[in-house]
Amino acid sequence: MKINSPLEAYKFLPATNCGECGEATCMAFAAHLIDRSKKLTDCTPILQDKFKKKFEELDQLLAPEIREVEIGVGEKISKIGGDDVLYRHKLTFFNQTKLAYDVWDTMDEKDLVERVTYIQDFRKFYVGNFLTVDMVAVRCTSNDPKRFAAAVKKVVQTTDLPIILCSFNPDVLKAGLEVAKDRNPLLYAANRDNWKEVAELALQYDVPVTLFAPDDLDLLKSMAKTFAEMGTEKLVLDPGTFPTGKQLKQTFSNFVKVRRAGIDGDREIAYPIMAVPFTAWMAHDDPVSASYWETVVASVFTIKYGDIMILHSTEPYAMLPQLHIRDTIYTDPRKPVMVDPGMYKVGEPTADSPVLVTTNFALTYYTVESDISSNKIDCFLWAIDTDGIGVEAAVAGGQLTAEKIRKGIEDAGFDLKKDTTHNTVVIPGLAARLQGDVEDATGANVMVGPADSGRIPGWMEKNWPPQNK
Amino acid sequence: MTNKMKLKELSDMLQDLNVESLEGVTIEGDIELNISGGGGLNPALAYALGNEISQISLHMANIGRMLGFPAEQLFASAFGMGEMPQPGTLPSQSPKIQELLASKFEVSKIDNWKNSIQEVTLGATSADGGSRKSTVTLGGENALPYYFDAPMPHRNYITMDVFDMPIGMAKAVKGNYEDVINDPAEWAKKVVRDFNADMVTIHLISTDPLINDTPAKEAAKVVEDVLQAVDVPIVIGGSGNPEKDPEVLEKAAEVSEGERVLLASASLNLDYERIAKAAIDHGHVVLSWTQLEINAQKELNRKLMKQCNVPRDSIIMDPTTAALGYGLDYAYTNMERIRLAGLMGDDELTFPMSSGTTNAWGAREAWMVSSPLKQDSDWGPREYRGPIWEIVTGLALSLAGNDMFMMMHPTSVQVLKEITQTLYGSIEAQEIDISNWIGAEV
Ligand code: SF4
Repeated sequence: MKINSPLEAYKFLPATNCGECGEATCMAFAAHLIDRSKKLTDCTPILQDKFKKKFEELDQLLAPEIREVEIGVGEKISKIGGDDVLYRHKLTFFNQTKLAYDVWDTMDEKDLVERVTYIQDFRKFYVGNFLTVDMVAVRCTSNDPKRFAAAVKKVVQTTDLPIILCSFNPDVLKAGLEVAKDRNPLLYAANRDNWKEVAELALQYDVPVTLFAPDDLDLLKSMAKTFAEMGTEKLVLDPGTFPTGKQLKQTFSNFVKVRRAGIDGDREIAYPIMAVPFTAWMAHDDPVSASYWETVVASVFTIKYGDIMILHSTEPYAMLPQLHIRDTIYTDPRKPVMVDPGMYKVGEPTADSPVLVTTNFALTYYTVESDISSNKIDCFLWAIDTDGIGVEAAVAGGQLTAEKIRKGIEDAGFDLKKDTTHNTVVIPGLAARLQGDVEDATGANVMVGPADSGRIPGWMEKNWPPQNK
Repeated sequence: MTNKMKLKELSDMLQDLNVESLEGVTIEGDIELNISGGGGLNPALAYALGNEISQISLHMANIGRMLGFPAEQLFASAFGMGEMPQPGTLPSQSPKIQELLASKFEVSKIDNWKNSIQEVTLGATSADGGSRKSTVTLGGENALPYYFDAPMPHRNYITMDVFDMPIGMAKAVKGNYEDVINDPAEWAKKVVRDFNADMVTIHLISTDPLINDTPAKEAAKVVEDVLQAVDVPIVIGGSGNPEKDPEVLEKAAEVSEGERVLLASASLNLDYERIAKAAIDHGHVVLSWTQLEINAQKELNRKLMKQCNVPRDSIIMDPTTAALGYGLDYAYTNMERIRLAGLMGDDELTFPMSSGTTNAWGAREAWMVSSPLKQDSDWGPREYRGPIWEIVTGLALSLAGNDMFMMMHPTSVQVLKEITQTLYGSIEAQEIDISNWIGAEV
């Protein structure tokens, strides 16, 4: 983005404060443009013909430094790139690193379908959503266009996930494209030898293409410049992922250099970057070591600027940390993560079940929730609106008070006297000092739970049901 | 001669014109273009135009040949290896480029990293009044870790946890320590000898009044035993009880006089002055511990320096480690901001950092047998999940600028050492040719 203050964006807006964008004023909207929480097209008036010039100019100024590239079609379309900063706290990183897992064309058909289905269905619940992986990379190991086309066809029939077609042989890529052309697949890859033919394919079929120049940033940039000149900026850069030793150190430098140059404004190299942790398998024979090393390399390049990567290990112990480190780096640091405040049923609570209070800080809420549910405890779990702040800080900062707890329970239409047999609330150990106040505010019995929700099961054994009513 | 001129005009014209706006185009044998009207260039027309032009060029080439010029060679090289474009291929509107356009990659170094991170040495050899065989020096960076902007003077170091009493541990961890769980000295020996620990951390958790309330004096004996058992630098940790820790660490500092241990830790919620004084009096280093808050970290460092007079070379920071999936995003960014601020000149934050990476084992993904949620895909065997959780947690923080890691699982230690030292540049490996990785058999 070439501008960094709302004022600079404001100059281009219609200045009518009409409110169509959902903001009260053009200035407020301008601030959202700068922090990228709204799109310019949300201002419908500026789309009119008379503002055409201003729209185009502002659109240019707002474009992210790193180009955005789309892979796939429809609901599963994947965007990569689009970043404006080198450190997440400076804004946030956009378009999380896409994880592609490989299949290959010399695979048995049944195994291929099974693997693709597994990749497509893999999921892990986290903070209210499922973490999933993104793509299938089809490697040509046969060097036979027909065989490759057959494998791609099977993949296309099995999944809607976006596809990466992998071969250095243009005939093979063409055969794959013929089968998958409606799916906007990513071509992998053009290199020093085949770039002319691969460029032709990318242009002819109008698909994104990866440029592969292992440890040669001059070549990488030359190719990017040439492809842009020829008419496509749907490019992904692969500076080579060397899996070990000094070569890996060099790979790390290359990723940092390419991204820094792009963010600094060198348009010729400002494209998404691909990492191929798959190469870890070329350095390790034993599958556990290879999976571990692949995960390690993938983590490094999730943190340092990889926008898309091709992986091999589908072991849960490789996929789970990969999903989580990706989520870690791409979580928007500006937003406190919250759940909707309210009463949640965990398991199948009855009138005898306890009523537990926690905050609506998502990390706290889901930790408590899974601590309870994994121990098969039925209860009512109350997420009080603390603006997404954890228990200890919310008690100190006044976001968690007796009044808030009373109101939270009341707002949910829950009556402790009628809906429970015990008229009791359990507050978190870290909020112990609110006990008296909560008693006064709610007229209920208040018990103090453990400081760590991991100890709820033990606490329940000792303290539930309550002795004195 | 006249024909040649007209051909050049033709090509100039085609280049200048936006072909899409041509409508009626006819080409006569004498090479004249008649262009009229507006509208689109349809494929049939394009094909006819292409055909005409090709015919003309063949005609001209023949003339060339008659004049003795090797026109075929020109054609062959122009179309690449003598292959003529296949009939039926759609004419591409993009310019044909035969050679890669030259472009040199350039990137500048960061110019506002002007401050060095403080170097801090742990451990003391006999030359310096201690009994350690080797010492460990942290810090000294002038750039983010492993960056090309400036060489990193020291590698990352790992100190492994030892406890003064049996504690609850994840199964995957426990299996490694069952034989030494009641003997801290043997435990310390084992992590150095078998697991390649650079250092040992002795956690005096039994001193907690809510656990065993072991007197400080007794706990200090355990410290002496550990110092006897190993010759690497050590870290001494309290129980985390803010009332008891100052006393425990004072006694421990006393008995390890001259060994330059790291006292863990001073924090804002206990009497940090006593811990600072113990460090100064006995020549140790203080761990300045805060909870995920850069301003609190500045405040505590400032108090240690200004109010307690701890020398700059005797402070290490622990800005708190949260596990992967449990707040690592905060921990990562907090460290990254601290390190960047230090490099850019904030003297209150230019200290090496330490991470309690062992916290990763608190994540249920690290220790639970299987997912408590039915909707989840199978989590696979936990003995492989745990160590990688600890590795990725530590690895992320190493990239944020963390220097020293407190860890538990031997596999985690080994792999984290391998990757951090690879990025540091001290690991040699056989070169691997990845130019044809797609075809690799795996
Ligand atoms: S829609 Fe456009 S013109 Fe209307 S208030 Fe928003 S920014 Fe201003």
